[in-house]
Amino acid sequence: MSSTVSDSTTAGPPPAPRSRKARGPGLHPEMIGWLFMRLSGVLLVSLILGHLFVNLMIGEGIERIDFAFVAGKWANPFWQFWDLAMLWLAQVHGANGMRTLINDYASRNSTRMLLKAALYTASFVVLVLGTLTIFTFDPCAAGSTLSVCSE
Amino acid sequence: MPSALPSAPAGTLYRGRDGMWTWVAHRITGVMLFFFLFAHVIDTALVNVSPEAYNTALETYKTPVVALMEVGLVAGVLFHAFNGLRVVAVDFWSQGPRYQRHMSVAVVVIWVALFVPFVVRHLMNAF
Ligand code: HEM
Ligand code: HEM
Repeated sequence: MSSTVSDSTTAGPPPAPRSRKARGPGLHPEMIGWLFMRLSGVLLVSLILGHLFVNLMIGEGIERIDFAFVAGKWANPFWQFWDLAMLWLAQVHGANGMRTLINDYASRNSTRMLLKAALYTASFVVLVLGTLTIFTFDPCAAGSTLSVCSE
Repeated sequence: MPSALPSAPAGTLYRGRDGMWTWVAHRITGVMLFFFLFAHVIDTALVNVSPEAYNTALETYKTPVVALMEVGLVAGVLFHAFNGLRVVAVDFWSQGPRYQRHMSVAVVVIWVALFVPFVVRHLMNAF
């Protein structure tokens, strides 16, 4: 081990940070992501806690959830819109968060690419499936025993 | 020869303080919610397969073991939600950084205040 001065002390001063203008006009994509995490987070608090309160705390809670319960909620556009907003905000927020974690923990380029491909595919499937579930729902589907369907 | 140099940094292992642990917990609960949502959208989609398929799936949600997993899920949701609000307040509220430690305490207090009644009611419903 030599005790000569290390190379790092001979390096020049660090380069000046780039100015905001140097990155081009408008919001940087990562800045939009950062803002979206916070905005969606604030909205999701009411949406998710409201969802949990209505579905788990009112009446018999989890015990009363079945096909008829869902039909009752989705007969009302209010709950359709509630669930749609919750679906999109939670899935995009969660996917953007998972993207951060992949960037942080997957160090090989190929691993990162593979994980992100899986993440985007899964997110796309969830958004399409969840949206269709709400809007193609048929309370009188074959096998339904709801009284409104026998009229 | 500076043989007195320690072979490894002693006592400098970064363990962080409360700020680091809330950050770790925020990540873990975020990942947990992400995977739950994936399963949850698929189980909800069963309403369009058939009423029986959905009702059968929902029966498992009412079993004691799954009811306990729901308790864990809600514990995570409550932490992620209120700690997330704390992060937003630190970033956007001019006094946020100054009071961030107070807000960490508030997160724990709100968590207990909502979680305890939830557990009592949910387990009474499920058992
Ligand atoms: C154990 C706790 C939960 C139960 C029992 C539950 C139950 C349900 C039920 C019965 C529905 C059908 C429609 C409705 O009731 O509005 C639904 C839909 C939905 N839930 Fe939950 N939920 C739970 C937790 C959560 C959490 C934590 C989230 C957010 C991450 C969430 C997000 C959603 C979304 C996005 C939909 C709409 C799904 C779609 O579009 O197909 N749920 N949930
Ligand atoms: C209940 C309301 C929610 C609030 C207030 C909230 C808030 C936040 C905030 C502010 C961040 C950014 C943290 C940072 O940049 O340091 C974040 C990160 C994250 N959230 Fe949420 N969130 C909520 C719901 C959800 C849901 C439903 C999911 C999953 C579907 C989720 C998954 C994540 C993930 C994976 C991260 C990344 C963690 C990291 O980068 O360390 N969150 N959340």
